[in-house]
Amino acid sequence: MPKAGSGLSLDGLGMPLWLVVELTYKCPLKCPWCSNPVDFDRYRNELSTEEWKDLLREGRRLGSLQLGFTGGEPTLRKDLEELVDEANRLGYYTNLITSGVGLSPQRVRDLKRAGLKQVQLSLQSCDSELSEMLVGLDVFAHKIEIARTIKAEGFPMVMNVPVSRYNIDQTEALIDLAADLGVEYLEFANLQYYNWALINRADLLPTREQLKRSEAAVAAARERLGKRLTIYFVVPDYFDDRPKACMNGWGAIHLTIAPDGTALPCQEARLIKDIEFPNVRQHGLDWIWRESPAFRRFRGDDWMKEPCRSCDDREKDFGGCRCQAFLLTGDAANTDPVCSKSPHRHLIDDILVEAENRQERAGADALIMRARCRS
Amino acid sequence: MHSEGQLEPSDVMELNPNFHFRWEEPQQSHVLLYPEGIVKLNATAAEILEMCVMRGLTVAEGTEQLAHRYDGADLVSDVMQFMELAYAKGWIRPKS
Repeated sequence: MPKAGSGLSLDGLGMPLWLVVELTYKCPLKCPWCSNPVDFDRYRNELSTEEWKDLLREGRRLGSLQLGFTGGEPTLRKDLEELVDEANRLGYYTNLITSGVGLSPQRVRDLKRAGLKQVQLSLQSCDSELSEMLVGLDVFAHKIEIARTIKAEGFPMVMNVPVSRYNIDQTEALIDLAADLGVEYLEFANLQYYNWALINRADLLPTREQLKRSEAAVAAARERLGKRLTIYFVVPDYFDDRPKACMNGWGAIHLTIAPDGTALPCQEARLIKDIEFPNVRQHGLDWIWRESPAFRRFRGDDWMKEPCRSCDDREKDFGGCRCQAFLLTGDAANTDPVCSKSPHRHLIDDILVEAENRQERAGADALIMRARCRS
Repeated sequence: MHSEGQLEPSDVMELNPNFHFRWEEPQQSHVLLYPEGIVKLNATAAEILEMCVMRGLTVAEGTEQLAHRYDGADLVSDVMQFMELAYAKGWIRPKS
């Protein structure tokens, strides 16, 4: 998910600077925190190569600059190279967000030739055993091989670690691995609890003590490594008392297109069931972005209720995350319950207390892995 | 070179090779694009980058050229301040 470096108050002059295209929901991995919808298998009607190309052209006309190819696993699309080539020609800065599972060294070279600028590769652990437990497949050695190829081909690379209580104690070892691989950016993405991650929340949440140790390890490494490695640490928002400035505001600079062409203000928004999101097969992107009721629903601050409406921070955090408000309070227009001023904050505190008191490490048996049968 | 973050007038800087610097018509501004990030530059910042980084000049030479453009104004501290910020943020590095 785009966040690193985009800053809190980047003014896009009302343009969708960030375009994220989820080429497919398909993925061979079974990560129990997957951000795809729990019923992902319902959406099989993927856009064709030509439809994606039209969309990329429209996005550029609307002022999009950064483009993220993601999924599911985007490398499962055979036309990925063709789409990267087109995006590059149109002037996007192209990012590939991948598990590496669909990549071979040859394919990495082909993507470089097509003009791909950057690869974000996910790594879940620094050992193959834990990796296999967390993603459901024995892919660690392959991921490392692909990481080395990505660097050998001269790509800048973000190593993305989705952080849960299972791997948070490997923070230091993961930093060492990133330094050894020679990546420029390491992102510790503490899980945010939507979709699959929400189902498994009770088992995935780290304890406050774990989080503190991890942050200390990051601080020490920043001191030690300086500019060699930029480390982003995305705090799990439950542990904060201020909500995250989610997506820089609804419909402000982010536009996601789901595999079936549904246009979303963020990758999770589809879970807000009382909003009908427009589809690029039926509407022009210009209308979708500027005029559609879905994108105007929470744009600006007219929609806000108390305590957001009279809060001095409303232009800083935009009331937090609409999806989280919907999931935990039942109304997407409520203040994000993470906020200490929210009347629902006790919901978050209760969850944190449960995580602290939970029986120690039940093993992977407790986790519900991403799979079709849930869909 | 010298201690972290400090630049000298005789330094020649270059753009971090992972960054792209260009004019973006819809935004009517120069932008820096890098892995998963965008920086919109104001006109002054863009002009300094263009003159003091993109042309292979020393910081002092670039500053002098800029001053020339602005009727000999003293820009040394303004330019240095921006260059050190850009260096600290990793946008630019000493030319190798």
